[in-house]
Amino acid sequence: MASNFSIKHQPGFTAIAATCFVVLYLPILVLVIYAFNAATSTSEWGGFSLKWFQSAYQNTQVIDATLRSFQIGAIAAVLSTIFATMAALATTRTASYPGLTFKYAAINQPLMVPEIVTAVALLIFFSRIKIFTGYSGLGYLIAAHTAFCIPFAYLPIRARLENMDLTLERAAADLYATPWKTFRRITLPLLWPGILAGLMLAFVISLDDVVITEFVKSGGQDTLPTYMLGQIRRGITPEINAISTAFLLLSVAIVTLFFFVSRKRD
Amino acid sequence: MATAEEVAKAAERRDVRGRWLLSAPALLVILLAATGPLLIVVVYSFLAPGAYGDVKWQFSSDAWTSVFLERDIFDDTLSLAAAHVTIFWRSIRLAGVTTLATLALGFPTAYFMATRSEKTRDLWLFLITIPFWTNLLIRTFAVLQIIRNEGIINTILLKLGIVSAPVQILYTDTAILIGMAYVYLPLMVLPIYASMEKLDFRLVEAGYDLYATRFKVLWKIIFPLVKPGVIAGSILVFIPALGAYVTPSILGGGKNMMLSNLIELQFGQGRNWPLGSALSITVMIIVMVALLAYVRNAGKSGVRHG
Repeated sequence: MASNFSIKHQPGFTAIAATCFVVLYLPILVLVIYAFNAATSTSEWGGFSLKWFQSAYQNTQVIDATLRSFQIGAIAAVLSTIFATMAALATTRTASYPGLTFKYAAINQPLMVPEIVTAVALLIFFSRIKIFTGYSGLGYLIAAHTAFCIPFAYLPIRARLENMDLTLERAAADLYATPWKTFRRITLPLLWPGILAGLMLAFVISLDDVVITEFVKSGGQDTLPTYMLGQIRRGITPEINAISTAFLLLSVAIVTLFFFVSRKRD
Repeated sequence: MATAEEVAKAAERRDVRGRWLLSAPALLVILLAATGPLLIVVVYSFLAPGAYGDVKWQFSSDAWTSVFLERDIFDDTLSLAAAHVTIFWRSIRLAGVTTLATLALGFPTAYFMATRSEKTRDLWLFLITIPFWTNLLIRTFAVLQIIRNEGIINTILLKLGIVSAPVQILYTDTAILIGMAYVYLPLMVLPIYASMEKLDFRLVEAGYDLYATRFKVLWKIIFPLVKPGVIAGSILVFIPALGAYVTPSILGGGKNMMLSNLIELQFGQGRNWPLGSALSITVMIIVMVALLAYVRNAGKSGVRHG
């Protein structure tokens, strides 16, 4: 028998996988290349230039939308991570108790419903509240983002907690540490990589959201993605490529960080 | 004096109460800004539309009637609403084909990743994770630049003389399909990879020892073992594809609406919030049915690893 018979080989699978990886990255590569195009048209190559980055940087609408995205993302990520950490502490490392299954379902609910349905629901609900209170600030967007970020932040934190046994905490309690001190000195440091991963995930999810933001925002509350959606619908210039490239760079940086944080074994 | 049992019971009650307090903020935010508003949508779907959007507070089942039916303005008879049926059918069909396409591409990719050496596996996982976490809008925009008439596909076809005029892909159902398959592919690969990684290749070896062909090993051994991953991936692709908003709005143009565009229309120019609400609930029901089928299927497949 042939000694080089590989049990892991399946005909054509490697070719399909290679195609997949090429297809996944090729469009992004083309998009990035055209961000450096000197021509005004997005179809011809007019030489290398950074002018579209400059033009995006000088566009006050772009800067406004970017700052708003960061502001909403930062607040929503911090809030959702704090809430998710508390919820994860409450739903792990315990015998089943009444309401536990309900909590799992409730926390994961935003993942089960298509975004468009949540978006419509929030549009209706918040427009009522707007009429009652007269308030039309960023609070609505922050609340919406915090809600749909919670299940994402919860995921890595819960995974981390489930791999931590209670031995160290019990030892601390045996040595007369108060529950708060045990949490500060034992649980929190051990849980930290999970919390950090949750925070980054929540931030990326908030930064990427289009649908819910598009429906909930009031006039003049464009985030970077909703601004870009509006521009793409109107017709495209290489400026969108430049903004996308900057955005991509940020996402890749965060994902790389996330990858290292969540892969790190203690 | 309290017995030891009573003390233990009291401590347990305190523990459960503490755990409720700890999870209260998360539950409250989700109730206020995600789950709660869904109930209001149900209420709105049974009201009459207001003249300038919003609703009139009177009961009406018209919205639900017009999800699939339309009333003739002359003789008041009801007939099937062809436009709505077309959009429902297009959405379900496109979401289904997207699921199949991503499965056909994603399964071999996940298999390829899982059969690499342990060191390189992390790298492949990283490569599939990056598109997963980059903005969906940007990835859709990237597809737009590839498939439009002046995009590289058409440029190459024209240069090679295969076609004499650009092939119109953009603003067709095919464009939506390509876009959705592209953006949702990582969602299919990741769960299949997760099950594939745990696959015990001694079982595969046993199959070959018993003279099974490559195809037989794939179909009778590998596929049943990673089926939970395949089902999870299919659900993860089908649900967002059915409610996709960004991809059809950018690649589909005005004529090729999907459900989310139809819903948006009711809250914009259509000024029929109750109908928009009823359509939203219908989408949710379809998703719930798909999820239930998944849960039942996942419960049935009792194949265990090793």
